[in-house]
Amino acid sequence: MRSLAYTRFELVRTFRNVRLLVFSLGFPLVLFFIIAAPNRDEHNFNGSGISIPLYYMVGLVAFGAMSGLISSGTRVATERTDGWTRQLRITPLKTSAYFLAKVGTGYAMAGVTMVLLYAAGLSLGVSLGAGRWLEMTGLIVVACVPFAVLGILLGHLLTADSIGPAVGGLVSLLALVSGTWFPLGSHGFLYDMARFLPSYWLVRASHVSLGGQAWTAGGWIVVAAWTLVLAILARYAYLRDTARV
Amino acid sequence: MHTEHTIGVELRGAAKSYRTAGTVVDAVRGIDVSIDRGETVALLGPNGAGKSTTIDMVLGLTSPDAGTVSLLGGPPKEAVAAGRVGAMLQSGALIRDVTVRELVTLMAALHPHPLAVDEALELAGLEEIARRRTQKLSGGQAQRVRFALALVSDPAVLILDEPTVGMDVEARRAFWLSVRAFAARGKTIIFATHYLEEADAYADRAVLMSRGRVVADGPTSEIRARVGTRTIRATLPDADANELASLPGVTAADRRGEAIVLICSDSDAAIRALLDAHPDVRDIEIASAGLEDAFIELTADPDDASADAERQEALV
Repeated sequence: MRSLAYTRFELVRTFRNVRLLVFSLGFPLVLFFIIAAPNRDEHNFNGSGISIPLYYMVGLVAFGAMSGLISSGTRVATERTDGWTRQLRITPLKTSAYFLAKVGTGYAMAGVTMVLLYAAGLSLGVSLGAGRWLEMTGLIVVACVPFAVLGILLGHLLTADSIGPAVGGLVSLLALVSGTWFPLGSHGFLYDMARFLPSYWLVRASHVSLGGQAWTAGGWIVVAAWTLVLAILARYAYLRDTARV
Repeated sequence: MHTEHTIGVELRGAAKSYRTAGTVVDAVRGIDVSIDRGETVALLGPNGAGKSTTIDMVLGLTSPDAGTVSLLGGPPKEAVAAGRVGAMLQSGALIRDVTVRELVTLMAALHPHPLAVDEALELAGLEEIARRRTQKLSGGQAQRVRFALALVSDPAVLILDEPTVGMDVEARRAFWLSVRAFAARGKTIIFATHYLEEADAYADRAVLMSRGRVVADGPTSEIRARVGTRTIRATLPDADANELASLPGVTAADRRGEAIVLICSDSDAAIRALLDAHPDVRDIEIASAGLEDAFIELTADPDDASADAERQEALV
């Protein structure tokens, strides 16, 4: 019940923050239209037989969901600066309930981003079979778990001043090296490295809709391992984060 | 009589140090304090005395390096998990994008046996601004909201860390009336302040802290007698500080360049003696001692006074 009450409270706060909504929901949408709208009739991107709107819709779904989830850390950092985290620590709210509320709120934001991008894709003539669409969405939701936890971790490590650039830079870098903007191919240094990043599997999840292969066992292992490690670190960061900021 | 069932808060030999920018700050250096249930106690001291660190230990927000802290007869974390503690902490701002009522309602929902939200709003004097967003409040209003957050859980122990910062005189009075009304329900209340007047007017007892130590602990009337002193400042280049300290009515003397500062228990006697002994004394000022001056003089250790001063700075 406490977890529920706190989750509701977080959702109300988040969706009332108009500036936050406009930027975090609007940014992927604007990017999508800038890239895809002029090329809406290009149905053979790089000779792949894939339409440009489809390619960038799914890429931005991955990018937008990841970005939305990591950004929940920005709110955490602000709450620490305002002393809210310390106030919460002297209530009976459990650590697990706190994390559930934060992750749930992050997913709500990510979900809205995804829905908006799907709608934008439809408006540019993207069509996708229900099976593909479901498989992609399901895998994206799973692949985002490490980023939900990473956001909370960063929020408890960084200050309200430094977290903006840190998150922005990190998201851009991960999006770039994981193949959001252009195909990585299947060999080479970048590919070898990217395979160990959860963002690579996130992008691959989105590419299921392009006719890509579903996850290999490696994908599940990478995502699970990152989730576990980040969750342990995030829990530790939260528990020791009781000092005055 | 002290038994497990009557002790609200107990610190035994509690000590806490921090490492800041390479230096170690001994914020609290081994204190023994015992507070019974139902008592209202002021934690009195200048900035950097260790009040907030003491409160953090009592709330379980930080663990002592040495010694023990118990709250309602057990570890602080247990009392917190049971929802039996409320606290008004010092902090920058209230959480944004919610109304006052929503915030107080959430706090009630996080606790097992809360007051009715309306009752908490009324006790804190927030009925008129209950629908306002938290980012649109004045400093004094924000403090009242923090007060409501602390008491809506109907805690057995209420802890207030410098609660009246940012309030004007009128707001202060109204605030302390609310605290009294809450104390009358048999609650244990501990508040930190650097205003002697607040301790005097609203606490049964004051625990005086300076540089991480308890330097006095007793009824507020006793504390007032001890620090309710006057200071004489004057220019007197050639007098010896030790000799000045032995004048009647003087409890401590200090030299600052050509100036002298005398902390007096009886400034009338002291000024007469000073003028008799040193007719050439000039630029005389007699003032009520600021609490900080009184503390520093009362507790000065000549050997590590300057080192301590640095540590105090580091603490801020």
